[in-house]
Amino acid sequence: MPSTPVLPKLVGERVKRREDPRLIQGRGTFVDDVKIVGMQHIAFKRADIAHGRIVSIDTSAAEAMDGVEAVFTGAAIAQHLGPMPIGTPFPSPPHYAVAIDTVRYAGEAVAVVVAADRYLARDAADAIVVTYDSLPAVVDPELAMTGKPVVIHPDFPNNLAVALVPSGTGVSADGKTVDDSAVDKAFAEADVVISQRMFNHRLVPNAMEGRGVVAHFEPGKGTMTIWSSTQNPHILRSMIAAMTGLGQDQVRAIAPDVGGGFGAKINIYAEEYVAATISKRLGIPVKWIEDRSEAFVATTHGRDIIGYVDLAAKRDGKVIGLKLRLIADIGAYNMLLTAAIPTLTMLMANATYDIPAIRTTLTEVFTNKTPTDAYRGAGRPEATYFVERAMDMLARELKMDPAELRRRNFIASDRFPFQTQMGAVYDSGDYEKALDMALEKCGWEALKKERDAARAQGRLVGLGLAMYVEVCGIGPSASLPTGGWEHSQVTVERDGRISATTGASPHGQGNETTFAQMLADQFGVPMDHISILHGDTAVVKQGIGTFGSRSQAVGGTALHMAGGKVKTKMAKFAAALLEAHEDDIVFENGTITVKGAPARGKAFSEVAAFAYVPVPLPQGLEPGLSDEAFFEPTNNTYPFGCHISMLEIDRETGEPTLLKLVAVDDAGHLINPTIVEGQIHGGLAQGIGQAMIEEAVYNEDGQLLTGSFMDYAMPRAIDFPRFELHSTVTPTPVNPLGAKGVGEAGTLGSTPCIVAAAVDALSEFGVKHIDMMLRPEKLWRIINGGRA
Amino acid sequence: MMDVAITVNGKRRKAQVEPRTLLVHFLREHLNLTGTHIGCDTTQCGACTILIDGQAVKSCTVFAVQADGCEVTTIEGLATNGELHPMQKGFWEEHGLQCGFCTPGMIMAGVHLLNQNPSPTERQIREGISGNLCRCTGYQHIVNAIQHAANKG
Repeated sequence: MPSTPVLPKLVGERVKRREDPRLIQGRGTFVDDVKIVGMQHIAFKRADIAHGRIVSIDTSAAEAMDGVEAVFTGAAIAQHLGPMPIGTPFPSPPHYAVAIDTVRYAGEAVAVVVAADRYLARDAADAIVVTYDSLPAVVDPELAMTGKPVVIHPDFPNNLAVALVPSGTGVSADGKTVDDSAVDKAFAEADVVISQRMFNHRLVPNAMEGRGVVAHFEPGKGTMTIWSSTQNPHILRSMIAAMTGLGQDQVRAIAPDVGGGFGAKINIYAEEYVAATISKRLGIPVKWIEDRSEAFVATTHGRDIIGYVDLAAKRDGKVIGLKLRLIADIGAYNMLLTAAIPTLTMLMANATYDIPAIRTTLTEVFTNKTPTDAYRGAGRPEATYFVERAMDMLARELKMDPAELRRRNFIASDRFPFQTQMGAVYDSGDYEKALDMALEKCGWEALKKERDAARAQGRLVGLGLAMYVEVCGIGPSASLPTGGWEHSQVTVERDGRISATTGASPHGQGNETTFAQMLADQFGVPMDHISILHGDTAVVKQGIGTFGSRSQAVGGTALHMAGGKVKTKMAKFAAALLEAHEDDIVFENGTITVKGAPARGKAFSEVAAFAYVPVPLPQGLEPGLSDEAFFEPTNNTYPFGCHISMLEIDRETGEPTLLKLVAVDDAGHLINPTIVEGQIHGGLAQGIGQAMIEEAVYNEDGQLLTGSFMDYAMPRAIDFPRFELHSTVTPTPVNPLGAKGVGEAGTLGSTPCIVAAAVDALSEFGVKHIDMMLRPEKLWRIINGGRA
Repeated sequence: MMDVAITVNGKRRKAQVEPRTLLVHFLREHLNLTGTHIGCDTTQCGACTILIDGQAVKSCTVFAVQADGCEVTTIEGLATNGELHPMQKGFWEEHGLQCGFCTPGMIMAGVHLLNQNPSPTERQIREGISGNLCRCTGYQHIVNAIQHAANKG
């Protein structure tokens, strides 16, 4: 047997990404890079008012343009496409891909053009004349709940999409009976009650690549191929099949390189259904690429939830009760997961604390705005923000160090798995350890002195601290209408290379690298002998997708399981070849040897070749080395951490500057720490962006005033200090990797710790809470005697 | 239609284009150089950044006809003889990208930055790339990537 170099273990190492060579050379394939002979371009005519009845649509000028293939109104599309389905069990009004008689938000599609090139398609869409009978718009959810000035969907009185769902202590499993006695008792026995209305405002996800779709129905074959900038091609395949009357075997969905998603590319959108429908109807390939100005109104938004928070505590800081009344503004329609997002806010109301009595209630309200759906964190940053802000207010009220207050209320590390009041079972945790590390690494006491010294000079400097716990690795099949498993197929090819599929469909997460690291260790082969295939339902037989910080914890586990099955079979072939017992077979350094007799061995590729030409075929074995696994997690995972920030506010202008951000995150075992850091950095940037500069602002007519990058403040490099990251490692027992997930973590701790720092900086003005975002004008008013 | 002749990545390209054809569309649609991306329609995001006669320019705000007679370098033309440009290496070494969509423009902006100032401070790097948006990385690893290129370039 040839001698082979020793291969280092790769799991846990800072391996450079394999995705990068193509992406840094402009050789990626994003959906707008896909071209098909005969392809035509789609453009949408969109409503420029937020609410109104369509009186007429004049498409004649558009249709007369040379090169325009077809123009469809909503009514014409509806002849071939039914109302769009949602993925939650809540009631939902009919939602047509292209509006038929009424528009309910500015940006809703009202007509579609198909033309020979994209400039012409846009020209033709602009030439369509739509007249409306304007209706009043409602943009304030608390006003909308009164049914004034207008009811948006006739079957939903008072604009209530989901009305008053209770959860928490004393609520029966079916939600039908509610016993408030424990919560009432807690508040009756409290020494201190903190009550605050808080607003977790609306955000625009803004992946740098907008959405886009290429649909190619081939009439001769009766099959559809659809490329889309999506987080979940398998869900897309199912939905496109169902909506176009095809079987799932007749639809191939491809997520090519995807330029970011952040939750907003989970939903299956009108444009995807319309492109597929038109391609099938006309028998030609069609492409639609979203403009940024379209993306601002046509891609789902995030957050937009009001929390009325009441926190009951004893004088010693022990929290004994929490009430959280949530009002979510979901915009004009229910999308795929819209209604479920705020339920995650309820689920995580327990935060990192042992709070004995909690009542949450949730109301979801329709308004004349772009619909909301998942946005990085999706419900959990909201919970973290509400509870952590209240904890910070309590600490201030009790004149207690915010870290000490947390410490007195943590779920102790010896109480896991921990059943929360909200029905979650936290898998594992050590919150005090994360807090201690954060305090030590940031130099908490020294920072306080630094802050005080700055204040002595008249500067407005503040410190903020927040804990978080989130729900990741989503999730058991009971929690998702699609199923909550993930799938992988691992194949050792005839030449000894390995190809592996994953249903987790990455869009920046680096799974081609991390998954190859795992298989390299599992099989003892070089990483460059492994290909990770994803994003194409013709190649990846089954899958759910990438969201809810699940790709490593769920998808990675499926890969590990499939790899294990193939390895077991390969060991049997090796045992036959080497005349050894399969339990004694060792995989390492590209060889397969017998334990205790390393000279007795074969190259990995020789065993692979034998498995495909097995003469003689070992008894009980089929030829070949390929197997699949579906991993169904028994629970979610619950990563956690502690974020600390230092912030200064300019006394003259009110402008805040983030001076320092220290994050301790515990995501369990890490496969590639560099990639994990990148995920946390990105999450922090979005959380800090929300806290400090980003906000989707509507006027009272329902017009999005922040509808471009000129108006919506996207964070830039200059907006951030260098983040300082640290980690503790508390593995999860939910999967054999011990990995919890980290994609969304950065968005959780950052918003409350920054607002806490701003409140601290302005403490001399007696301010107790400031709603995000920290607009300089708002802070200036506080400094100058008015309340924001 | 108008005639244009633009030297792109060292090759002279002649074409007839509509006067309103944006340079980025000319590169992507006519020349199939799809490495240059489009991330907005208001010249804010910088995903379409290329070099025209050595200057970083957002190619969504230039008509193809305005580039007539110019030398254009796109991301596809940055490596020489199969050797990655130091800025490309920096992005790979320092995990300066995640989804990779802003990356071509960010790399071109980084190239321009170091052409102007071969040893920028972190602050100067952050200012220098503030015409380019990234939603994935929080910029820290991009800053590291440009520092890496500055040290190795």
